[in-house]
Amino acid sequence: MANQNGGNAAGFQGKLLDRVFYVTGVLLFLAVWQAASSFKLFGADFSESFSPVAAFSALLEMIQSGELVHHAIPSIRRVLTSLSLAVVVALPVGVLVGYFKRVEQLTYVAFQFMRMISPLAWMPIAIIMFGVGDVSVTFLLWLVAIWPLILNTSHGAGRVSPLWVNMSRTMGAKDVGILRKVIIPAAVPDMLTGLRLAVGVSWIILVPAEMLGVPDGLGYFILDTRDRFRYDQLMATIMVIGAIGYLLDSANRWLIKKFAWKL
Amino acid sequence: MPVFEPAAWPEAPAPKELNLKSMNETTTSGKLLLELKEVSKTFVKDGAEFRVLEGVNLRIDEGEFVCILGPTGCGKSVTLQIVAGLLEQSSGSVILDGKEEYGPGPHKGMVFQEYALLPWRNVIENVEIGLELKGVSKKERRRIAQEYLDIVGLKGSEESMVHEISGGMRQRAAIARALANHPKILLMDEPFEALDALTKEEMQIQILKAWEKTKTTIFFVTHDVDEAIFLSDKICVMDINPGRVKKIIENRLPRPRHEKVCRTDVEFGELRDQIIQLYSSLKDDELDLVF
Repeated sequence: MANQNGGNAAGFQGKLLDRVFYVTGVLLFLAVWQAASSFKLFGADFSESFSPVAAFSALLEMIQSGELVHHAIPSIRRVLTSLSLAVVVALPVGVLVGYFKRVEQLTYVAFQFMRMISPLAWMPIAIIMFGVGDVSVTFLLWLVAIWPLILNTSHGAGRVSPLWVNMSRTMGAKDVGILRKVIIPAAVPDMLTGLRLAVGVSWIILVPAEMLGVPDGLGYFILDTRDRFRYDQLMATIMVIGAIGYLLDSANRWLIKKFAWKL
Repeated sequence: MPVFEPAAWPEAPAPKELNLKSMNETTTSGKLLLELKEVSKTFVKDGAEFRVLEGVNLRIDEGEFVCILGPTGCGKSVTLQIVAGLLEQSSGSVILDGKEEYGPGPHKGMVFQEYALLPWRNVIENVEIGLELKGVSKKERRRIAQEYLDIVGLKGSEESMVHEISGGMRQRAAIARALANHPKILLMDEPFEALDALTKEEMQIQILKAWEKTKTTIFFVTHDVDEAIFLSDKICVMDINPGRVKKIIENRLPRPRHEKVCRTDVEFGELRDQIIQLYSSLKDDELDLVF
């Protein structure tokens, strides 16, 4: 990332220097973490099993035993399922809301109202509707993912230049053509921004959602390690949650770089 | 809108300010292509009515290059947008090739001042959009788009993205895009206004070359007097408050213009003087023509 002080020096050397700073940041982070547990900065209860050294060895152990895969796969599956369902619903709704002023007016208050409610508040209702288990978790994640997708898509569809619409009409486009050739492609960058936000917030909500009575998943595993006093595994799981979230976000940034057009 | 009676038009008497003597025989076939008949436009804003266009009559023959010239507020762009079908006239009719026109379509190619290229498409994909909407096969539309990119002098930039090319190149792409639909008429709304002076002159020559090659009829809006003289067979000079046709001037300067005509020629100057005379009654602040 470029910044004012120093920033990205040109060429190979500059890139190397950039890397050095990124890596140093990670090492500093680990050092603070290690110091916090070595010196018991957060109290006497925070023993050596909270340290990065313990966490990494627990991580290796979890990878070897297959426990990690056993819990990570269901978590990723739930997030991807709910995101797919959210995309299928939110993109068409977002285009309609963005393009038709009347639809926007009809939905504005309800959507702004709904998006401010934590999906966890719906938990009892989800359980009444779908029972304890996978479906409820997926539903809660879906409910959190649709708002950034709808709002960003509608923003994108709403600011389509009237010039482009007029141009496409003089090219022979009727309603469907205008939608397919102008409005949807014009909204792609905003859709991708919405997706990035949706992925981020879904992954965050995943952990508490998986504490609601499913037998697997990283959220479940957090509670499980606590109950077994395996704080090294707890810290390892936290690291894995952060790492997967980081990878998901990187994938989104790649999508944006590849598919978002520039003016 | 009044009901159009096809039988009545061809013989209808021409409005008296129109000069219907046979025009530039060398470049036009003399076959009437576009006719504006008493076209008026009133906008309503905050309950008040603004008459922006009053009783415009204009005839354009097949293959002609006609410029509509006037200061801001004369309704020249409104006239063009009515012909394009992007605006609806309050009264009067637009007849293209014997049929009354409603709404936009690919048979009326439009070139916008702001280019209106789609930034997520590269140059050749932008040119292909009309053919795509028509359902032409991928291979065929590539071929046609390439042909028109060559005509406007954009060979080699097919794969460039819009943000990578200059304003002049963007407008060339937009012209190729409109031509690729084989329009009956090409409508150009101050297409070179956003360009610097040198590029503008280059583009004027380019559009004349494309016009000679494709024999497309062109209806061109401008507030640049020299541009109108350099390009046109006929100049429709507009008046303001309300916008209306002041005079239609035939321009018989020899062609090809970029070879035979120079802006310092005596005949060029005479035409320019004739047009300036027409605007002598306007106050300075009403007149933003470029001479």
